[in-house]
Amino acid sequence: MFNSLKGLVVTLVSTMNGLRAPVTRQYPDTGNRLTGRVSEPTPVKDRFMGFPALTWDDEIGEPFCTSCMVCIRQCPTQCMSSVMKDNPLHEEEKSSRRKIVDTFEINLNRCILCGICVEVCNFDAIVMSHEHEMSTFTRNGDRVDLPALLEIGHKFQKDTDWVPPTKRVKTQKDEDSGPPDTAAAVEAESD
Amino acid sequence: MTQMSENPPAGLVTDAEPVEMLLNMGPQHPSTHGVFRMVLWVDGEKIVDVVPHIGYLHRGSEKLCEGEQYHQIITLFDRMDYIANFNNEQVYCRAVEKLMGLDVSDRSEYVRVILCELNRIASHMLFIATMGLDAGAMTPSMFCFRGRERIQGLFESVSGARMMHNYFRIGGLKEDVPDDFVQQVREVLELVKQDTEESDKLLSFNEIFLARLKNVAVMSAEDAIDYGLTGPCLRASGVDYDVRKAAPYSVYDRFDFDVPIGLDGDCWDRYYLRVQEVYQSIRIIEQALDQLPEGEVVSSLGRRLIRPPAGEVYVRAENPRGEIGVYLISDGTDKPHRIKVRPPSFCNLSALRHMMKDAWIADSVVILGALDIVLGEVDR
Repeated sequence: MFNSLKGLVVTLVSTMNGLRAPVTRQYPDTGNRLTGRVSEPTPVKDRFMGFPALTWDDEIGEPFCTSCMVCIRQCPTQCMSSVMKDNPLHEEEKSSRRKIVDTFEINLNRCILCGICVEVCNFDAIVMSHEHEMSTFTRNGDRVDLPALLEIGHKFQKDTDWVPPTKRVKTQKDEDSGPPDTAAAVEAESD
Repeated sequence: MTQMSENPPAGLVTDAEPVEMLLNMGPQHPSTHGVFRMVLWVDGEKIVDVVPHIGYLHRGSEKLCEGEQYHQIITLFDRMDYIANFNNEQVYCRAVEKLMGLDVSDRSEYVRVILCELNRIASHMLFIATMGLDAGAMTPSMFCFRGRERIQGLFESVSGARMMHNYFRIGGLKEDVPDDFVQQVREVLELVKQDTEESDKLLSFNEIFLARLKNVAVMSAEDAIDYGLTGPCLRASGVDYDVRKAAPYSVYDRFDFDVPIGLDGDCWDRYYLRVQEVYQSIRIIEQALDQLPEGEVVSSLGRRLIRPPAGEVYVRAENPRGEIGVYLISDGTDKPHRIKVRPPSFCNLSALRHMMKDAWIADSVVILGALDIVLGEVDR
């Protein structure tokens, strides 16, 4: 009997605390028309892994992706496919990329958000975006193509002030004034 | 007690003698904690026999492992025991590391231990919540899920995912933890401690809860060992066996912690032992945070393809549910020849028939709940 009463005290204290600070939030958050509060996107952490997306090289004006197929071969669920083409900007000598992505498709329904594709990419071309609310009504509605992937990627780049990871490493190395370490990259490619 | 048979016993319509009735529980039953089917043979309110049916969540993970490269298999292990992802990742990574004779830096071992123990707390909190729900207590589940949510938020900031992390790598970690990791963990621990204490105070010694759980499905120590129970279910029966103490792996030998032991081996002991384990895990994490060394966490293998030498290895670890074992055979290629997992939930489930014999129908839910099975791991 005593312990049951003790339990009641616990819930009473918790209720008083709960009145002050709610720990839950409305989902989906549609805002409030009466108070005029607009809906806020669900907050995610910096490292949050949403759906993969392709990045855009603003300096040259083309995707980073050269369609080298590394991510496609390493994907545990085989959810991606891609086709490569000759880069027209390379012939005009505007870009150092000889090959560029022609088509790229990710079946986001198959994707398990493991992040392996991002890890193996040698060109900083793919990122785990913060996009995660992408349900559709059709079975293959989440098969996204290159323009859609670039759009998601561009939004991610803008939102997070994205700097290509290899560039980040390079600037760090330059600050250390050491010779750039290319051994690891060569090794990865030879495998 | 009448002999159990596949067909309903003859003479079902006669009212001259008491007859056994077949009661089907699951696979879509809210208190089976997944897709698990129990066929109960009942005599009035007493359970005469129980036939568990598993396989509704079978995905063939072990077979899938044979077709994946070593670094891809981590994602499959994430999905076996989907309540304790980090623990599963750790035991698989340790298996490959042992096969390759790979050294793991101290820092990555410490981070692994911290994350695994946090995952153990999250797993036990889910257990406390569902145990309360099974016995009819709604409120503790709210407290526990609040605490679990905090831990998962921490996981998200470390690994980028709340559940399927894919954060441990063979020989290290994917990347270093965030800069404010230690502070974040300390804050979360403090709150989680409060949440646990709150639900502990509310639930553990509540008269109704005690009446539902005390002296239900008592397992003696001999029976528990005979049935191959491990983890909290075994320790609740009074056997002092914890892989972290019996065969210390990783850096567990550097921490000072107790292994809680049950007295009676009933459902309440199985419950309360897990509550105590939460406090012990908090102790381990606090020590690990104090000792956390600086250093490299990324694997010395770099991004090379992992090709362990031909051979076989067996590695075991203490999961929240019991002892998990990974038996790995390599033929020297980039894909394993065979991976066999000894899943704690599956082995613990084998004692179900013994526990449920002569129990009441109403108790079947708490008996199954106290075993704390995860069907993703039972079926694999």
